[in-house]
Amino acid sequence: MSRIALAVVTPALAACSGRPPVLDPGGPQAARIASYWWLNFWIAVVVLAAVIAFLVDTVVRRRATLTTAIVPVEPRAERRVMIGVSVAVGLTAVTLLGLVIADATTGRGLRSLSGEEPAVTIEVTAQQWWWDAEYWDPVPSQRFRTANEIHIPVGRAVLVKTKSLDVNHSFWVPGLHGKQDHIPGHNSSLTLKADHPGRFAGRCAEFCGLQHAHMQLLVFADPPEVFEAWRAAQRRPAAEPTSQPALRGRDVFMSGPCVLCHTVLGTPAGARLGPDLTHVGSRTMLAAGTVLNTPGHLGGWITDPQSIKPGNRMPASSFPADDLQALIVYVSGLK
Amino acid sequence: MRRAVDPPHDAVARVELERAWSTPPGFLGWLTSARHTSVATRYIVTAFGFFVLGGVLAALMRLQLARPNLHLIGPDLYNQIFTMHGSTMMFLFAVPIMEAFAIYLVPLMIGTRNVAFPRMNNLGYWIYLIGGILLWTAFLLNVGPDAGWFAYVPLSGPGYSPGKRVDIWAQMITFTEIAALVAAVEVVVTVFKLRCPGMALNRMPIFVWSMLVMAFMVIFAMPAIMVSSTMLAMDRLVDTHFFNPAEGGDALLWQHLFWFFGHPEVYIIFIPATGFVSAIIPTFARRPIFGYPAMVLSLIATGFLGFGLWVHHMFATPLPQLGATFFTVSSMMIAIPSGIQVFCWLATLRLGRVVFRAPLLYALGFIALFVAGGLTGVMQASVPLDLQVHDSYFVVAHFHYVLIGGAVFPLLGALLYWLPKISGRMPNERLGRWGFAVLFIGFNLTFFPMHVLGLGGMPRRVYTYAADTGWATGNLMTSLGAVVLTIGFVLFLANVAWTLRWGPPAGDDPWSASTLEWATSSPPPSYNFAYLPTVDDRDPLWSPTEQPVVTGLRTDVREILITDAIDATPDHRQHLDGGSIWPFLTAVAAGIGVITAIFTPWGVTIGAVLCAITLTGWFWPRVPSGREARRSA
Amino acid sequence: MKAVAAVALGLVLLLAACEREQRRFSEVAPSSGRPDGTRPSEITAGGAAPAAMVRGPYEENAWAVGEGKRLYQAYNCNGCHANGGGGMGPALMDAKWIYGSEPQNIYTTIVEGRPNGMPAFGGKVPDQQVWQLVAYVRSMSGQLRGDVRPGRDDHMRAKESEMARRPEPAK
Repeated sequence: MSRIALAVVTPALAACSGRPPVLDPGGPQAARIASYWWLNFWIAVVVLAAVIAFLVDTVVRRRATLTTAIVPVEPRAERRVMIGVSVAVGLTAVTLLGLVIADATTGRGLRSLSGEEPAVTIEVTAQQWWWDAEYWDPVPSQRFRTANEIHIPVGRAVLVKTKSLDVNHSFWVPGLHGKQDHIPGHNSSLTLKADHPGRFAGRCAEFCGLQHAHMQLLVFADPPEVFEAWRAAQRRPAAEPTSQPALRGRDVFMSGPCVLCHTVLGTPAGARLGPDLTHVGSRTMLAAGTVLNTPGHLGGWITDPQSIKPGNRMPASSFPADDLQALIVYVSGLK
Repeated sequence: MRRAVDPPHDAVARVELERAWSTPPGFLGWLTSARHTSVATRYIVTAFGFFVLGGVLAALMRLQLARPNLHLIGPDLYNQIFTMHGSTMMFLFAVPIMEAFAIYLVPLMIGTRNVAFPRMNNLGYWIYLIGGILLWTAFLLNVGPDAGWFAYVPLSGPGYSPGKRVDIWAQMITFTEIAALVAAVEVVVTVFKLRCPGMALNRMPIFVWSMLVMAFMVIFAMPAIMVSSTMLAMDRLVDTHFFNPAEGGDALLWQHLFWFFGHPEVYIIFIPATGFVSAIIPTFARRPIFGYPAMVLSLIATGFLGFGLWVHHMFATPLPQLGATFFTVSSMMIAIPSGIQVFCWLATLRLGRVVFRAPLLYALGFIALFVAGGLTGVMQASVPLDLQVHDSYFVVAHFHYVLIGGAVFPLLGALLYWLPKISGRMPNERLGRWGFAVLFIGFNLTFFPMHVLGLGGMPRRVYTYAADTGWATGNLMTSLGAVVLTIGFVLFLANVAWTLRWGPPAGDDPWSASTLEWATSSPPPSYNFAYLPTVDDRDPLWSPTEQPVVTGLRTDVREILITDAIDATPDHRQHLDGGSIWPFLTAVAAGIGVITAIFTPWGVTIGAVLCAITLTGWFWPRVPSGREARRSA
Repeated sequence: MKAVAAVALGLVLLLAACEREQRRFSEVAPSSGRPDGTRPSEITAGGAAPAAMVRGPYEENAWAVGEGKRLYQAYNCNGCHANGGGGMGPALMDAKWIYGSEPQNIYTTIVEGRPNGMPAFGGKVPDQQVWQLVAYVRSMSGQLRGDVRPGRDDHMRAKESEMARRPEPAK
């Protein structure tokens, strides 16, 4: 049924590259919501078509002019129409009741996942304008932080605890689930599950200031072994630089402004104002999904972040050209 | 209805009435006017001015979003633009224009000479104007608000919105809500006490019922936002902690207070629009509205239920699940009275004979667009689906369908319908039809793709987007559609301008309509009716009986008839005051106080002192002059 | 009379909005490196006061002062200057300035450090941020205009907000 609908609707949606994420579920919750959407969609199509058809038919058939005498009220016709209106109202009420039941079922289905024991717990702290993700573990030394990109194992429940350090944000990965607002002072969470491997784009969905538009979160659903390997790599401290430029880059990093805000595990840099850079080299994007993670973009981001993401918290830093090159080599090597 | 034969001294009476009721000439007369038609016309012109300004902002947004990664407008200016667009449209256009139509038409439709408190009416307009000027001057000085039209804390709080931008927004709210409350009180008292004899509550036009329900909703909803905007202003200015979670406040409190106002607000805009449609459709279906009791009860039910929906704007926040379920059910239930109204309109058309004219086209377009918007509204009443589409372009599509489709389309139809009465000239029918067609097509081209964009994951309030999101085509279609929509509005405004300049004379009742405003000349004289009418029917001008008129009211002073609230049996005569400068001065005094309060709490004191002075002047008892005293003895 | 003054004040403040509301995201700070002609005041009594200094660039920019407030907390100035009340370091919200309260003085203090424990942040804290901190520090003692100073923050109330602070009389 949904396939037929998609075949009809896809030409309209063909404007987008691929299906819209809400209708292309990657997990059971998004799938439940998508089913509920299709129910609503078809009801809406039928109702709207019926109303428009009725209108057109009425207007076409019973035409008059302004000088036409006032139509006398005819009791039989009035009664017939009154029955019609009552039937329509009754149908409306029944349809709404049906929707309420479907809504309750869908809601219960969504919540059923929260009962499952989560395989991974991630504490996502949203702040202006990036996502800080801490993977929780009962053993403190096994916890690690990353930023703007999270990996989750396929087929397992993942608990995402949502916090905010400053203003309201909203965690929204449409391919996997609905959104959850991060409200300062309130605890909230949602449970996700991905059915198949893939990359799911997420973004902040509550206006949070100047760079709300550039606050993207990438969710990678990996097969369990791949996820384990990733997690193990993330737990390791920063790769020791081997090449000469990388060593020099590390010196530039430690002696410059970078250490005021960023952490690189295994080095003296331990500030938590900005994203954790221990494994930044292995991320796909920079600046919360604003630009691709390439050495060129990295250099541009370091020297002039305000032209890429005006108003964001990272200040411009000027380095001599050699130092900048070395720094780029070092940071790109933090895989 | 054939009017009773005019008494022989009718012409003398009209001259005397004109002298008693007309506004003095010149600028001072304009400033002090107590005529409801003048004040309402001012409201309409000003509100449409703000509509155009808000539309220009929308055009700028669509320009910036037409292609990915454009750099026409930076994030700071864009944030101000969309905040100004929303605030202008909601506070400075939508509510004032609906109230303007109420102030103009309700006294005419209920057969009286003015609103109950003519000078307070004047006050409302000046306060509204000052608030609007404050907001737009601020915007032009780079101090326009930039936290969204609903200004969620903590973003709009002192920690994350430095400067005075949000303070100006908060005080603009104060102005516009005072004006709205003033107009609402006018409508309620006028409708209850000034109806002509025989117009019992169940003989009032549906239009008047809709304005009455709107007025009650205003009275109950506006205080919520005045309280919350004042709390925000206090947090920002005098270090209170209403919204500071670290000190026992709550960021969610703002959302509750705002949306307790915000949801009724949209019904405050929508219900008068249904009143317009309920006036237009019977005229162009040549029969009375079908299901009058059902229509009235639906309006009242919508008014009540509208106050029980607000949490559906907050489904994504951490809320108890049982609470969310309640609001899902109430949000779906409100579709029932709205549905009843739609079915009754369809029934009226079906049982009548349809006259194809431009005002009706807007009413028909409204039905289609409002049903579409209402259906997407029912979709969002469900928490799971709302969690996906909340704060995305899907919501933007939904509310533009119900606000433009559900309120602006009826408004445009209403303007064409009543333009003959207001101006005395008939609008151009061909231009009206072309305008409608272009508007309808342009509107759908603009806002339909937004549904798809929302499902595609595009959040609201973003100043740009990347090329690889897949949103580029949808945004381009929307922006091109906005061009067509703009052309439609230009055609509409051109029609209005043409009418005012070259329109043929309209006569009293060009549409052969049924309500009392068509029983006097176009435009109405300053005293509305030479003799107040009486009614015994819901559609007085279509009734076959000849109705007597009210005689005996004085014609040399402003005198009206007060009637009983339920059955409109005559009660007593009331002397209304004429124009006065004090409302204007009071508005200026309040303006000084409120604007100063943006910068220092002493503003409240200053405002209070100044208002005390002007109010004293306003209410200073007037000893009647010798001639008047002798007359009333 | 108060009304006239209030109206005049309102107009002035509204027109001053132009600078107060500017958001200057990236600009080259007016002085990178050691400012010319800056020297600390003499510590002995009766010495000459230092010459008048250049105005700070963000004296009238509310956004920059707000950024300064954020940075003050982020870079842990509270560690020694505890919300302006002092502790290991001197209080910043009073009228006593060991090295002068002019913007250039405070800039030099932050960039070069001072004896007895003030670290040198030059080369670490970018220049534009230093000037934002300078503006914020001056606001703590009430030296900036009222509408530019920040209001309360969203944390526990450790002190009255800078906007509420009335400057202490100079000793």
